[in-house]
Amino acid sequence: MAHLNPTPVLEPGQDRTMILNMGPQHPSTHGVLRVLLEIDGETVVRLMPDIGYLHTGIEKTCEAKFYQQVVPLTDRIDYLCPLTNNLCYVLAVEKLLGLEIPPKAQWLRVLLNELTRINSHLVWLGTHAMDIGALTVFLYCFREREEVLKMFEMVSGQRMMTSYFRVGGIALEPPLGFFDRVRDFAGYFPERVDEYENLLTGNPIWLMRTKGVAKMTAEDAIALGATGPTLRGSGVDIDLRRDMPYSSYEKFQFRVPVSQEGDVFARYMCRVQELRESVGIVRQALDGMPEGPIKADAPHVVLPDREKMKTQMESLIYHFKIITEGFAVPAGEVYQAVESPRGEMGYYIVSDGTAKPYRVHMRSACFANLQTLAKMCEGRLLADVVAAIGSIDIVLGEIDR
Amino acid sequence: MPLVPAITDVEQLKNHPAVARLLGWKQSAVQSAKYDRDEMTIYVDRSDIREACALLKDDSACPFNFLSDVTCVDWYPSEPRFEVVYHLLSIPKKERVRLKVRLNSSSPTVDSITSVWLGANYFEREIFDLFGVRFAGHPYLRRILMPEDWEGHPLRKDYPVEGYR
Repeated sequence: MAHLNPTPVLEPGQDRTMILNMGPQHPSTHGVLRVLLEIDGETVVRLMPDIGYLHTGIEKTCEAKFYQQVVPLTDRIDYLCPLTNNLCYVLAVEKLLGLEIPPKAQWLRVLLNELTRINSHLVWLGTHAMDIGALTVFLYCFREREEVLKMFEMVSGQRMMTSYFRVGGIALEPPLGFFDRVRDFAGYFPERVDEYENLLTGNPIWLMRTKGVAKMTAEDAIALGATGPTLRGSGVDIDLRRDMPYSSYEKFQFRVPVSQEGDVFARYMCRVQELRESVGIVRQALDGMPEGPIKADAPHVVLPDREKMKTQMESLIYHFKIITEGFAVPAGEVYQAVESPRGEMGYYIVSDGTAKPYRVHMRSACFANLQTLAKMCEGRLLADVVAAIGSIDIVLGEIDR
Repeated sequence: MPLVPAITDVEQLKNHPAVARLLGWKQSAVQSAKYDRDEMTIYVDRSDIREACALLKDDSACPFNFLSDVTCVDWYPSEPRFEVVYHLLSIPKKERVRLKVRLNSSSPTVDSITSVWLGANYFEREIFDLFGVRFAGHPYLRRILMPEDWEGHPLRKDYPVEGYR
């Protein structure tokens, strides 16, 4: 356990070693991550991540908000996959309430979540490749990401902080032309993934920088709490979408990519193949999109339609009550986990029967995944640290909350 | 799914793999249990938590081999004040179970489970940082999110939302 037990401020252990500070403002740490390294020449002897620079106390803030007011806060945790966080939170509250969500809303949630996964993986792929020196891929990835962000803007009015899901359903019907745009995107996106793979997968320089680098065994990955592609890259076959389905994922056919090697390349392959699987799910969601309402039949929880408020007194009263008093949630506790692009995103919500959550805890995938960094890097070359950080795909907003 | 009343009778719940394993080990290990909203909660005595985790991890029938999450809830001003909450996942069986330990405010200390799962390290540091609960045997129990010289534990209920001014 020595690698998890460094002295508070790393002091050189022997005459040969020196302490190197990396970050918190370093282009390859993907945010404000500080890493303390003890190095012997080019070899990393010890590594200690230092986090907390982006801590905003979101969990504390949630306790002072009504349940529906927490949704915008969940976006801000992970700015690359806001809709995954929205989904996880609303699923948890709906479980507390015992609400039944109409099929169309569930399918729309799946559709948007897979688009979010594509968005997140594209940012990861672009920046990860750039860290290792393949600059071109970044421009290609951001070209497609722009299209995904425009689709988010179409449905929610926001490119990044979407807040599109509501407890009990979805805020609004998607606008005209949205589905055509998604279908168009799903049509050409697989070719674009081929383009990225042409640049990287067979590229000898890419292979030298990633194959056999930052290895981690399945046992270590499980012991350290790694999830998502970081775990699947080490050969553990688990994906919550398939194994513990939520929001109708059981009705979709998709493969879960798993690689055995446990190195940077294995994690890269997992995510690139996930891009293709996600497009497949998007296409299935488009083809099988059910008709019907997008909000649950629960007037005390779901805001009424704008039109009804103008003609029906009860709708106006419900609207007034939900906005001013919130809605009470039966006492209890739930833990709801979803498969975010980075791993198991979980919300643990405790209700004391009032309109404000008593406790909201976010189990962040990156927070646990970051613990694997020391395991991956110690005893290896300094240059590989950059590749390892990229390969676990961290978002500091989610780590620090 | 509509809500159904929670089951709190241990007799009815003893077929659940985690309850059965713990009862088979020691009758007093399970203080109480609750099945609510398709989720299993087991209250474990504070002195048993590390061994209970180790037992469930290596159970041959249904190994809860993955530690999803550790967190804490502050029930100020009632006593016992703190509840430390462990979420375990069985990767082979796709089952979850929640273990809970109650702690008094006079001695908010519980055994660390980092010897069972290394990954508990960060979670326990976070609880120590934000709630002030101590973990005996933790290899590096220091603040993780707040600055080193911060006073107080922000997620405690007697800590104001806007901080001390």
